[in-house]
Amino acid sequence: MVTVLFAILLPFVCAALIPLLYRRLRRMAHLGWFVLSVPIILFILLARYIPQIAEGKTFIDTYEWIPSFNINFTTYLDGLSIIFGLLITGVGSLVILYSIFYLSTKESLHHFYCYLLLFMGAMLGVVFSDNLMVLYTFWELTSVSSFLLIAFWHHRKASRAGARKAMTITVFGGLSMLAGFLMLYVASGTFSIRDIVSNVEMIREHTLFVPALLLILVGAFTKSAQFPFHIWLPDAMEAPTPVSAYLHSATMVKAGIYIVARFSPVFGGEPVWFWLVSGIGLVTLFWGSFNAVRQTDLKALLAFSTVSQLGLIMSLFGLGSVGHYFGYAESSIIYTQASFAALFHLINHSTFKGALFMMVGIVDHEVGTRDIRRLGGLMALMPVTFTIAVIGGFSMAGLPPFNGFLSKEMFFAAVLAIREVEVFSIDTWGILFPVVAWVASIFTFVYSMILIGHTFFGKLQPYKLDKKPHEAPIGMLISPIVLCLLVVTIFFFPNVLGHYILQPAMASIYPTFPTVSELTPHISAWHGVNTELLMTLGVIIIGFVLFKTLKSWKPLYRVFSQNFTFNSYYNHLINFSEKGSMKLTNRYMSGNLTHYFVYIYVFFVALIAGYFIWSDAMVFEFAKDSPVESYELVLVFVMMFAAIWMVFAKGRITAMLLNGVLGYSIAFFFVIFRAPDLALTQLVVESVTTALFLLCFKYLPDLLPENSRMRVKWANAIIAIFAGATVTLVGLAVVHYDRFETVALYFNDAYDLAGGSNIVNTILGDFRAFDTMLEVVVLLIAGLGVYTLTKLKPRKEEADHEN
Amino acid sequence: MKINDVILRTITKAIVFIILTLGVYLFFAGHHAPGGGFIGGLVLASAIVLLYLAYDIETVHKGMPFDFKKVAALGVLLATGTAIGSLFFDVPFLTQTYEYVNVPVFGKMGFSTVTIFEAGVALTVVGVVVTIILSISEDE
Repeated sequence: MVTVLFAILLPFVCAALIPLLYRRLRRMAHLGWFVLSVPIILFILLARYIPQIAEGKTFIDTYEWIPSFNINFTTYLDGLSIIFGLLITGVGSLVILYSIFYLSTKESLHHFYCYLLLFMGAMLGVVFSDNLMVLYTFWELTSVSSFLLIAFWHHRKASRAGARKAMTITVFGGLSMLAGFLMLYVASGTFSIRDIVSNVEMIREHTLFVPALLLILVGAFTKSAQFPFHIWLPDAMEAPTPVSAYLHSATMVKAGIYIVARFSPVFGGEPVWFWLVSGIGLVTLFWGSFNAVRQTDLKALLAFSTVSQLGLIMSLFGLGSVGHYFGYAESSIIYTQASFAALFHLINHSTFKGALFMMVGIVDHEVGTRDIRRLGGLMALMPVTFTIAVIGGFSMAGLPPFNGFLSKEMFFAAVLAIREVEVFSIDTWGILFPVVAWVASIFTFVYSMILIGHTFFGKLQPYKLDKKPHEAPIGMLISPIVLCLLVVTIFFFPNVLGHYILQPAMASIYPTFPTVSELTPHISAWHGVNTELLMTLGVIIIGFVLFKTLKSWKPLYRVFSQNFTFNSYYNHLINFSEKGSMKLTNRYMSGNLTHYFVYIYVFFVALIAGYFIWSDAMVFEFAKDSPVESYELVLVFVMMFAAIWMVFAKGRITAMLLNGVLGYSIAFFFVIFRAPDLALTQLVVESVTTALFLLCFKYLPDLLPENSRMRVKWANAIIAIFAGATVTLVGLAVVHYDRFETVALYFNDAYDLAGGSNIVNTILGDFRAFDTMLEVVVLLIAGLGVYTLTKLKPRKEEADHEN
Repeated sequence: MKINDVILRTITKAIVFIILTLGVYLFFAGHHAPGGGFIGGLVLASAIVLLYLAYDIETVHKGMPFDFKKVAALGVLLATGTAIGSLFFDVPFLTQTYEYVNVPVFGKMGFSTVTIFEAGVALTVVGVVVTIILSISEDE
């Protein structure tokens, strides 16, 4: 089973190749044609596994990565992950095909496709990883690539702001999810999701079980734009439309849903899980559809609609989790149906929303605006685009003969069934489920009609448009047409999808059930006249009335003050933290070197002297020390003389020479105490720094007498004396410090273990080589830092290039 | 004003070779006697700095047309490369190995991967020291 690993790695490898290929390929063809091959190959590879997966097989493959920390690169291909894998590669192929015609070759395509492939690899990594830490790594990588893609047109201020908002919120969620994963690890002792699922009974008793549940849900909710974290998704629409279609409707925002589905065998039986997932899902469903109606930008409308639809899928998974509580039983089918509907709607949503985003992209591209106040009457001018909009829009509204109708009916069936459940005290609040779902569906119908009606019907307003509208080129139409064909095909043959794709995924969500074939319903378009159908009819009638009378009730939205939206809270929070940290930083970063030395020495004295006193290590045994020779005393006096004189030196040259006296005297000491390595190093370092100082000398201003107040001078003097005293006392005390292993160990074994008899170097190059390696890296960074600071100073006119 | 530095230049010519030789000697001596990559690199760097002090930058650059930033980068690459290289022999990161071989004429000689690692250290030190001194002295 190398295929899955290959599927994760291929996009990354290609992303790395793009900068190399770009220069050669740009003359020959659009870079997208090359990139297109990646998702197509992966889609075919994954699709070949569908028959085996449908028989209930799963494929596991482990590559040891950091076995000492239980972190291994384990890929797991089962029913649930293959759905997402097919979505990522399938929608990915269509989006890349679309982007070839959407983006002109003048854009920096190599960046665009590099980020897009990075995202694809990361997303495949998320869905195929069995190890929590690996999953988390890929999870954050999707946030990063999403950030880069939203800010693709980074010259626009709104793009940068949207990217930052998306990054802040999703990474906040990611970090809390990491904490949740670590808690799960503490509770279960394993990072493997499969092992956690099989040890559920044991983990459920652990005190960290509910905190882990909450933290993981925060991660899932931020990523899937659930209320109140949904605010990043509309702003993310600043990205190029192919990105919105791919990341922000079909794949990345579904990663949170994937996490919820993946963990529902673990947390499914908990009341908290049920109430949070289904409750937040329903609130999001309503809030998203309610807000979508008032949008005037087509992409913003679709963004809120995506928020709403994600809430729908989320709430279905919440309802389905009741099935875990009851276990395997005949009666469980009415709950497991909800999970089934969730998976079904997940696919349906990707098809119709993908088509709609591409449709909006076409309108934007060919007409020059997405503002519905300027659009209208495009039906005759853009007939194919219009057809796409009708198919996608009707499917979104839940009308037959499109796949959205089927999943919407199943959704109604699930919320109706949940009323009768008598656990988790659902019976008291249960009636709210169908009511909220029904009201939200009415708004869904209204905004679907707005999308179609205000764009294609009504009167054309050519004076408001920058371009003359015309039909899009065929290349741009292929992808949405393919998606529309799927929308219709799924309506007529839903059970093929149900058997081959959805049923194996049900086995992943309900792994404890012996057989899932009875738990998966037969999907049919006509059930006779029942409550669900009547609800749909009600949605259509009331929705149509509301759409017609839109102008009379739209002012209702103005009742909500703009100062109390989640967006304004978010902005306040960001402003507050920026200002707060600026104040704090300005308070201590004064630009005065003396101040910085004060911080360093005070910290040093407090930490080192504090530790030695606290741990009773300040013990002196002068009797054991060797006697002090007279020539050593002479050297000491020379050094003391130089050090004290340096404080009162008038010129820089004098100070520097006195500093040299100190340095060379120390080298002398090393010679006297038979440390030739140190003596050599000290001598050479001293010489080189002196030369360096001579070079810098001409740039420095004259040494001015210090004119600070007496009190400050005394304080600085005391700090200096304390720092010196700390070093001296620690030096005296450390001779008898015996709490660490002695280095004599190295002395004895150096030749046997490292093949060298110079222990200083065997320590540097072998025993503690890791330190040396990192020091070398730090040295290089410091050198490059000096180089960039002196050489690459910004020219004055370039200093302010941000808008 | 042109400073007359004939004495410095004459001495430099003779002394640079002694310093360079000392640097190379220290580098190789490091395994059993005082020396090693860091000191060797520092001594080599100080010889180059001396050349820069005695002659102008252009003259030295003609004789040694290296970009010292790249020298430093090569050093880091060598040091981290030997560290990663050990992974390919299925031993932990940064494992060093050594072998004593009897070479004709020279007798028993030690060969060790530490030498490559230390060469990386030495190159980094040379590269960084010269880069810092050059970029500060060239600063306008």
